[in-house]
Amino acid sequence: MPTKLYNEPSPLETKVLSKRFGLENSHILDVYLANDGFKAFLKAHQMTPAQIIDEVKASALRGRGGAGFPTGLKWSFVPRTSPKPKYIVINADESEPGTCKDRLLMEYDPYQMIEGILIAGLAMDSHKGYLYIRGEYRYLIDHMDRVIAEAYARGYLGKNIAGTGFDFDLYTHSGAGAYECGEETALLDSLEGKRGIPRMKPPFPAVAGAWASPTLLNNVETFSAIPPIIRDGGAAFAALGTPKNGGTRLLCISGHVNKPGVYELPLGYPMLKAIYEVAGGIPGGKKLKAVVPGGSSCPLLKADECDIPMDYDTLAKIGSMLGSGGMVVLDETTDMVKFALRIMRFYAHESCGWCIPCREGTTWLKKILTRFDEGGGRHDDVALLGELSKNMLGRTFCALGDAAAMPTISIVDKFAEDFEKRLMVAV
Amino acid sequence: MTFSAQLEERFAKILASYPEGRRRSAVVPLLIYAQDETGAVTPELIAEVAKRCEVAPLQVDEVVGYYSMLHRKPQGKYHVQVCTNISCMLVGGTELYEHAMKKLGIGHKQVTSDGQFSLEEVECMGACSWAPAVEINYDFHHYVTPEKLDQLIDAVRKHS
Repeated sequence: MPTKLYNEPSPLETKVLSKRFGLENSHILDVYLANDGFKAFLKAHQMTPAQIIDEVKASALRGRGGAGFPTGLKWSFVPRTSPKPKYIVINADESEPGTCKDRLLMEYDPYQMIEGILIAGLAMDSHKGYLYIRGEYRYLIDHMDRVIAEAYARGYLGKNIAGTGFDFDLYTHSGAGAYECGEETALLDSLEGKRGIPRMKPPFPAVAGAWASPTLLNNVETFSAIPPIIRDGGAAFAALGTPKNGGTRLLCISGHVNKPGVYELPLGYPMLKAIYEVAGGIPGGKKLKAVVPGGSSCPLLKADECDIPMDYDTLAKIGSMLGSGGMVVLDETTDMVKFALRIMRFYAHESCGWCIPCREGTTWLKKILTRFDEGGGRHDDVALLGELSKNMLGRTFCALGDAAAMPTISIVDKFAEDFEKRLMVAV
Repeated sequence: MTFSAQLEERFAKILASYPEGRRRSAVVPLLIYAQDETGAVTPELIAEVAKRCEVAPLQVDEVVGYYSMLHRKPQGKYHVQVCTNISCMLVGGTELYEHAMKKLGIGHKQVTSDGQFSLEEVECMGACSWAPAVEINYDFHHYVTPEKLDQLIDAVRKHS
């Protein structure tokens, strides 16, 4: 199924997770086996669960879905000795605007992800996994169903995997269009056949997740990073990045760049180098105006804030987030009112309606931004937008309310002059 | 209700994939796969899915309104979805959507009078680095220009 790559790779990449991308038939088991496939699983089978988790901790891998929580720590929260069945749920609901990497990991190297899931299974004593894929990725659900069927037929899923005596079943589960279901507890409700509404935490999914059983939830890319970590050692993976920010990640660069694409770069990679060298700079020699560093939920950075290494801690220090790896580049011509409005239309559409500050907040922010964009802006609107957004922060069950508020706060704070200009025109 | 043998096979597999007593989990997958054959989520389909998943019809009905890909009225044979979210918007997604409206003569969530096409302005579909993106039914198209969209629509029109 995989045909050609969607974008040319860059010579500046550090290819660990994507090293098989571009190989002919890279999604087929024999190609995977001929290129280090399942070495890590066999090695992990010789390790104790504690050793596996320690190796993941040593890698300094942090969740690639967006929150950046240390993966090894998350794994250690699942009570291995619980008498209940333990489940592994793979979040392939990739929906954060700007993010398009999990598609590639499943399309070009599905076995790498499967091997990572199996290693997690060994560590948790889990024998069942559910791959929750967004409904829009139907071609990938069909693709994964074929890959899973091949894996069963060849003894890499099901009973006695690769002769180790370890059993594991993996199933695909289709979503049907809901950004909210990327949030892990809403995803679990969706998996259980309900509307995707976030749950109160605690209990956390590690203790009571799918069907009230202990559940490990990780992103596609997080699982895909596990085989290289176990195969070459956690320390080797960690060394690719910066302290507490191990390894590489697939950065999705989009917007105003000459060579948009998904590129694998080490954590701590300079943001300006990613924009100007990896992605070929801004078309027409235009100036950089702003960057969305990791998906639309992240506070925007002004051009003069972008001379930084891209790691979780640096981004947090300057009040933003590394997020899901969706970096959107905005040139000097971008109308920030329209940009803020488009973001808010998205969140208002996707708010599940469970929490009033999010449901009402996104709706009113959208109304005010729409009025502003249509020429009806008022002098106190910038302050109103900021105040409304700040009242949403931290007042909802899940992070969608914050995700809508944070970029808005950053835009009205950092680009107030764009609003002023539109106000002048309107008057 | 009866479905194609292929779909029945898929349903059997799906219903067997969840733990004992958790057939409700199959509600969303059954609805979305069935909808492709029935054209829409009809009251009959809701009743059928409820029966197969061993839940009340209301428990199926309430999820239909939640998920944007589930719809109670038939869409066009070819459902054209144009993304205008931020990555697409920055490189012509909005103009592409306006072009699609003109080309098809319909607006958001409308269907052409011959039932061939429907149009939807959609949220991020995960093609940001190859924008602007369009999905026609389940086929992704990247780097779409107005000219390329015309070609795609004309090719489909000739085909049908």
